[in-house]
Amino acid sequence: MTQTEWDRDAVTEVIEQKKSMPGALLPILHGIQDRIGFIPEDAVPQIAKALNLSRAEVHGVISFYHYFRTTPPGKRTIHLCRAESCQAMESEALEAHIKARLGIGYHETTADGAFSLEPVYCLGNCACSPSMMIDHEVHGRVTPQSFDAIINELKEIAA
Amino acid sequence: MITVYVPRDSSALGLGAERVANAIQVEAAKRGAAINLVRNGSRGLYWLEPMVEVATPAGRVAYGPVQPGDVPGLFDAGFLEGKAHPLCQGPTEEIPYLKNQERLTFARVGITDPVSLDDYLAHEGYRGLRNALGLEPAAIVEEVTTSGLRGRGGAAFPTGIKWKTVLNTPAKHQSAGQPIGTRNAPEGGSAKDALPEKYIVCNADEGDSGTFSDRMIMEGDPFVLIEGMTIAGLAVGATQGYIYLRVEYPHADVALNQAIAAALEAGYLGDDILGSGKRFHVEVRLGAGAYVCGEETALMESIEGKRGMVRFKPPLPAIEGLFGQPTVVNNVISLASVPIILDKGGKYYADYGMGRSRGTLPLQLAGNVKRPGLIEKAFGMTLRELLYDYGGGSASGRPIRAVQVGGPLGSYMPESQFDTPLDYEAFSAIWAVLGHGGVVVFDDTVDMAKMARYAMEFCAIESCGKCTPCRIGSTRGVEVIDRIIDDQDRAKNLALLRDLGDTMLAGSLCALGGMTPYPVLSALNHFPEDFGEKSVAQVA
Ligand SMILES: Cc1cc2nc3c(=O)[nH]c(=O)nc-3n(C[C@H](O)[C@H](O)[C@H](O)COP(=O)(O)O)c2cc1C
Ligand code: SF4
Ligand code: FES
Repeated sequence: MTQTEWDRDAVTEVIEQKKSMPGALLPILHGIQDRIGFIPEDAVPQIAKALNLSRAEVHGVISFYHYFRTTPPGKRTIHLCRAESCQAMESEALEAHIKARLGIGYHETTADGAFSLEPVYCLGNCACSPSMMIDHEVHGRVTPQSFDAIINELKEIAA
Repeated sequence: MITVYVPRDSSALGLGAERVANAIQVEAAKRGAAINLVRNGSRGLYWLEPMVEVATPAGRVAYGPVQPGDVPGLFDAGFLEGKAHPLCQGPTEEIPYLKNQERLTFARVGITDPVSLDDYLAHEGYRGLRNALGLEPAAIVEEVTTSGLRGRGGAAFPTGIKWKTVLNTPAKHQSAGQPIGTRNAPEGGSAKDALPEKYIVCNADEGDSGTFSDRMIMEGDPFVLIEGMTIAGLAVGATQGYIYLRVEYPHADVALNQAIAAALEAGYLGDDILGSGKRFHVEVRLGAGAYVCGEETALMESIEGKRGMVRFKPPLPAIEGLFGQPTVVNNVISLASVPIILDKGGKYYADYGMGRSRGTLPLQLAGNVKRPGLIEKAFGMTLRELLYDYGGGSASGRPIRAVQVGGPLGSYMPESQFDTPLDYEAFSAIWAVLGHGGVVVFDDTVDMAKMARYAMEFCAIESCGKCTPCRIGSTRGVEVIDRIIDDQDRAKNLALLRDLGDTMLAGSLCALGGMTPYPVLSALNHFPEDFGEKSVAQVA
């Protein structure tokens, strides 16, 4: 697999900023993912060295948490809730619609790089189920129609 | 100048509150009306969100649910004077859903500007802390014990007892050869910042589906949580607090950090709290999408920078917790309930409730229900009152068939159990869980075999992997339920499923594996027909 280009200075900056925090690893991983969208495999040795950990330990942490990713995401990430309250409000039909509309499954990114789709188990928006989050914005009472309207609008902004 | 309120609560934003706020600004400017727009928390009447309120001489008047397109019409109708309009709900405090609540912990949520310290102080904020500063640590703990407060994060352990253990356990001096947990502790930190110290950890992971009260507090009144943590610090002699916040709550992250900065600036946090010489700092740490990190020992591993693997207990976190030090781990609502206890006294709080469930519980009504929302009430109301008096029945208009209470590890309850009072002991007596107070409603189109399968699948996805019954058992559980749904060897597989449930119940280290049988077996026991069984409910 070829390595994707990523901003090495950003990674170094994040590590330098946070490495002296108690329990610095998660804040560093968050910092990197916030800055460049994912955690590059070949940033792992640098992180490990800064924290005096083994590469295996750092890798083990990255792979344990669902939120961290090791490949670049689409321009926007859609987190769709799969949990009970949303199921009670027909999230399964919504899920089918979204997958068909985007032409991707969970953990995948559309061919044009516009959207990634991830499952999530509750967004705390259960009183307005079914829910999804696009980047940092929650959307409630989502229907197939409102989903289409939301992403059409986003595509217009992106264009 | 007229004050207009539009929530900044993330659920209200998810229904268009930001666009409504903008539309109101634009319309007011167009008409030359001077308004003061406050972004409050949510009142928790989610079927009315975005709910706009306007302050009138006779009190606040509510309009909802408001969409941007409604705004010109609202101005035409004179909503700035609280006049009639089809969306007008009348005086906010008179809406029965709200009026009949007993809001102690949520007293300010939806009323104040969440990140305004002045507003917090004007609404009885920090009175608890001022009282606590005049008390000995043991007396603070005593007040919390008197209140009868039990942990609101799920396990309902008495908070006073936990605090007492931490108070009575001295922090350890750490040698150069630090234990694993402290390996990432500051190496070159100044002596003042070095260990030993005790910690207050706020469990803000709120991983349970169907729950959102922690989020509402953090977004709607972050100061009350910070005040509660500061009081906890004074009570046990801890100087550092961490709020372990799930990454799914970015708005709470912003509100908490704004409030922390304001509290620090005004001397309510820091090295010399209100001139008392007492020190307390708070920092927000983000999780990374692992349900098991809500379990307190996994949570501490995560803050320490490790995989969220559950630790064996003992030692209890109260004795050897974060970085090996005595640590209070409490849920958001537990900590946010402390300020009023220190303000009005433990007895005042304990006077609410029933049996051994004292005070109030913020119930969270979600799923297929007409009026979903947050209802804070003293313990003791029945589930049926909650579902019908507050919730108004199902959203679909079909009969309610099942409710799951207490998150994804809670039992599914059939209509025959709807008269159960909301009380920890009454729930455990019927093999159900009140937990965090989340209630998810399903109408009669629900397929309970599918819900049981989902519970197993969830356990498989979120298992930390430490014990076999949870790690492997949950995957086997999905397969067994699939075979039951497929009608392959049904009787044999049903027996196998019960067996598996027993193994998971008995052989798991934490409640993830240990309680997954609750949703699974309760579904099977109460809704056998969905599993192709004709027999009546069997007690687990
Ligand atoms: C799998 C699992 C997940 C949990 N998730 C949470 C959670 O999200 N929030 C919470 O406060 N407690 C959660 N708990 C309970 C905590 O372990 C712990 O009991 C609680 O934080 C203690 O605080 P309290 O006494 O104030 O409730 C969870 C427990 C388990 C076993
Ligand atoms: S029950 Fe599951 S989540 Fe809990 S410790 Fe065991 S493997 Fe980990
Ligand atoms: S269950 Fe979907 S937002 Fe909570």
